[in-house]
Amino acid sequence: MARVLINVPPKAKRGEVIEIKTLISHPMETGYRPKGDGTFFPRDIIQTFVCTLDGEEIFRADLHPAIAANPFIAFTTVARESGLLVFSWTDDRGEVQTEQAKLVVE
Amino acid sequence: MIRLVAAQRLLVPAAMMCLAAASAVMAQTIDGRRSGFDFMSRDSQQLQRDDTANPGMLAVLDGEGLWNAKAGRANRSCADCHQDASTSMKGVAARYPAFSAALNRPIDLQGRINACRETQQQATPLPWESKELLALSAYVGNQSRGMPIAPPDDARLAPFRQRGEALYTRRVGQLNFSCANCHDDNAGGKLASAVIPQAHPTGYPIYRLEWQGIGSLQRRLRGCFIGVRAEPYAYGAQEYVELELFLMSRAKGMTIETPAVRP
Amino acid sequence: MSGFDLSFLSRRRALIAGAGALSTLIVRPARATTETMQAAIHAFSHGAPIRQGRLKLDIPPLVENGNSVPLVITVDSPMTEKDFVKAVAVFNERNPQPNIATFHLGPRSGRAFISTRIRLGDSQTIMAIAQLSDGTLWSGSAELIVTLPACVEN
Repeated sequence: MARVLINVPPKAKRGEVIEIKTLISHPMETGYRPKGDGTFFPRDIIQTFVCTLDGEEIFRADLHPAIAANPFIAFTTVARESGLLVFSWTDDRGEVQTEQAKLVVE
Repeated sequence: MIRLVAAQRLLVPAAMMCLAAASAVMAQTIDGRRSGFDFMSRDSQQLQRDDTANPGMLAVLDGEGLWNAKAGRANRSCADCHQDASTSMKGVAARYPAFSAALNRPIDLQGRINACRETQQQATPLPWESKELLALSAYVGNQSRGMPIAPPDDARLAPFRQRGEALYTRRVGQLNFSCANCHDDNAGGKLASAVIPQAHPTGYPIYRLEWQGIGSLQRRLRGCFIGVRAEPYAYGAQEYVELELFLMSRAKGMTIETPAVRP
Repeated sequence: MSGFDLSFLSRRRALIAGAGALSTLIVRPARATTETMQAAIHAFSHGAPIRQGRLKLDIPPLVENGNSVPLVITVDSPMTEKDFVKAVAVFNERNPQPNIATFHLGPRSGRAFISTRIRLGDSQTIMAIAQLSDGTLWSGSAELIVTLPACVEN
């Protein structure tokens, strides 16, 4: 399982625009890196990143090999209600890694 | 006229150097020693400073998991003996390599972790440069972040440190360069477009953008040997420990940055 | 094949190893060119006009290592239910592939802001296009120089 680092502000005011930062360990192997024997390391990348809040999608990204290894993605959302943030990363093999974080709105 | 042009040419780089010096963020020691951090672009410095973006922190988190995981026939975790790493491991990385009485020679932090695995956990040692060994050394190293490098005052280390210094100044490889030729004589200068740093091992294991991953000082030293077209020593070789001993005494008092970011 | 001379290699490989080695070289795509970037942009815009402005790319003009280049995108938009950014797509002209990423936003985003880190194989121009809720497309671009590290392992 890949290691994930998620940063959500511990508390948000109602209506505040907050920044959510995510970092996941993944080689993002492009398929263009030579092994040195004439062949290449096979492509292995995260294709999709999705963030939902209480089931509603609030951000999505379609990624290509030009995203750096150990993908870092930060985005914003309006803090309306407290809820459960669910983050998921889907790779080339269709494997999904899911993580959760609480959004606390005061 | 010619003299005037020359003078103007000199003025411009001098002014730029002043700017660069002013923008250096980490404290510069009064004796002119500077961490590789100071030679990086502002963007790379920013990446190192931000624990939510520094990919080296992923290894630190992995290491925390391993610290608390039971392993080996003894079925013991690091935490079972050493408890909370934030107190028990504070300052440890700042004083390695240290002398091992059992082996009658100095060992580096990775060697210490593996010695613990073999004797205390009765587990197989972690392979050099493995994800697990890097993660544990990043976690232990991170506990000393912000502390000054403090090589132990241990007379038994002296002959090994001297050998490390001798290796540092010995010309090797087809290019016939010593470490000192670049990192003492030409530090701050450029090799192609890259700035040559002063070779202070302040932040290992580091997340190197070139590697797209985390790596040890041994990996970095191997890179230098390959760079001067010399045969690198194998991972775990005593020469690396001796070089590190010398480099850490040379960096005495500088601040531990683990996990540092470097280009 | 812009700037990447495979012909010498392929001739040599063909002589040494025969046609097998040659074919493995040929299946590697050439770098994305301005044309392939235009084709990728067309796939996103479906030919609709793209206006310059409203989108800002924050990327260093000179980077130490193309393996990890910080990129921040902001779009000038009120991000209300009626007027918001739906998507932002990022393209490059000289990596092996022209696409970098597509980000999907909405009024819940609050701001049109994305921060990430990308790979760039060479000095080049990168371009981002924002698709707004009214269907209009706005673009911004940035040129940058990627320097190569001197000390590599192989």
